Amino acid sequence: MSNADTLKRRSFGETARIDAWWLKPGLVFVGLTAFIAYATWAGMQGKHYFYDGGGAHLLSPFYSPLLYGQAHEPRLFAAELPSWWPSFLPFSAAILILAGPAGMRVTCYYYRGAYYKSFWADPVACGVGEPRKSYWGEHRIPLLLHNAHRYFFYVAGVYVFILFYDGLRALVYVNPDGSHSLGIGVGSIVLLLNACFLAGYTFGCHCHRHLLGGHLRIFAKAPVQHACYQCISMLNRRHMYWAWVSLVWVGFSDLYVRMCAMGVWTDWRIF
Amino acid sequence: MTKTRFSIWRGDSHGGGRQDYETEVTEGMVVLDAVHQIQAESANDLAVRWNCKAGKCGSCSAEINGRSRLMCMTRLSDLPLEQGVTIDPMQTFPVLRDLVTDVKWNYATKQRIQKFTPRTPDAEDGTWRIATVDTERVQEFRKCIECYLCQDVCHVLREHHLHDEFIGPRFMVYAAALEMQPLDTGSRVKALKEDFGIGYCNITKCCTDVCPEGIKITDNAIIPLKERVADEYYDPIKRLWRKLTKT
Repeated sequence: MSNADTLKRRSFGETARIDAWWLKPGLVFVGLTAFIAYATWAGMQGKHYFYDGGGAHLLSPFYSPLLYGQAHEPRLFAAELPSWWPSFLPFSAAILILAGPAGMRVTCYYYRGAYYKSFWADPVACGVGEPRKSYWGEHRIPLLLHNAHRYFFYVAGVYVFILFYDGLRALVYVNPDGSHSLGIGVGSIVLLLNACFLAGYTFGCHCHRHLLGGHLRIFAKAPVQHACYQCISMLNRRHMYWAWVSLVWVGFSDLYVRMCAMGVWTDWRIF
Repeated sequence: MTKTRFSIWRGDSHGGGRQDYETEVTEGMVVLDAVHQIQAESANDLAVRWNCKAGKCGSCSAEINGRSRLMCMTRLSDLPLEQGVTIDPMQTFPVLRDLVTDVKWNYATKQRIQKFTPRTPDAEDGTWRIATVDTERVQEFRKCIECYLCQDVCHVLREHHLHDEFIGPRFMVYAAALEMQPLDTGSRVKALKEDFGIGYCNITKCCTDVCPEGIKITDNAIIPLKERVADEYYDPIKRLWRKLTKT
């Protein structure tokens, strides 16, 4: 635009807004920081992620699928840690798997918008001055790499099925005589809800909507894809809520299993 | 009736500032009513663009208490009148005078986008057949009244003035309406990436928040376009598939 240089540049925080524009980005900042801090701490612990007291079978979602672990734990490989792992580095089974779901969240369209505002002030809120004059957006590397979102979605989608397996496995209790019986405890409900919330978030994402039907110009020739598009669009309309509910619940699920494993809480078996 | 203070930006392309006016506010008034009242009582030369007073022409866009809104659709009863009301012109476009901005950049930008390119007519009489299911998605985009509030609040244009590199949310909606048009055969994906700067949008949804027609600009227009660009340029598996199948 020929006369763009006549437009005013505002300083950081400059605005005529009189509402509490800082509140929402502030809450997002606190919420995401709290989760990242807790997930990092819990992921680095390498213990108290599995509870089998009273015949229960509760595995923290931060450690699922459990690739390496103790002999009594539902590990996939018969070792406590991989042979290639450098001995001077502390090991936690969560390190090997957290990158998948974390990548999904970092590249998620909702979270991108949220953390650009809350952490990078780009912009801090709509109609409020920014701290930097230069701006690349997602036009160049590194933020251009967000276009890999669909690949993280594929990975995260697999995790959802694994977490459903964990939730269903938590319905099977080991009796004192070694036999198995079905039951429902608070822990199994927590893990099943976790899988449901994560499914709502993961499968309601924008790239899933695009891949299953949104890319089409003509729906009439693809009724199944149109039905998928409609279903995913229903989830997608509340994507932000799914994102937050699933984030809080996955953290709580780990906390629940951790508290039970530490003996602080008792997992109450309903029947 | 209560007297309320209105701080209205007065000036032109050379500069200006807010001037205070007081006027009586009565039940049911909108901001545009107050501006007209001030114009009649104490500022006969106040320039303001308006037309339908019904939120359908998109003329009276302004910034009310710092938020991009239509003056005719902003009820005074929804504002904290005890603090006064500030009314500024849109910040993304150059001021012509007072509350009137020069929005011709938008018209020129629209010209840059490939026009509707329909397929060959389906019938001999030159008409087409479209299934109802294929018309639903683009109806939302056709509600746009071109008020340019989304352009005004978009920080890429408003704060970084990247008018030459980014077409803004309004024209992302326009491009999406064409890309999802069941009869259209054109592709604007390359232009979206290379000329229209879709990568500059960082999906902060300010445009969606201010749209008076409730168009989900980010979710239903910009993100689907970003995904189309990703299909074409950033998905190696899809690229390989296209090469193998020559589609």
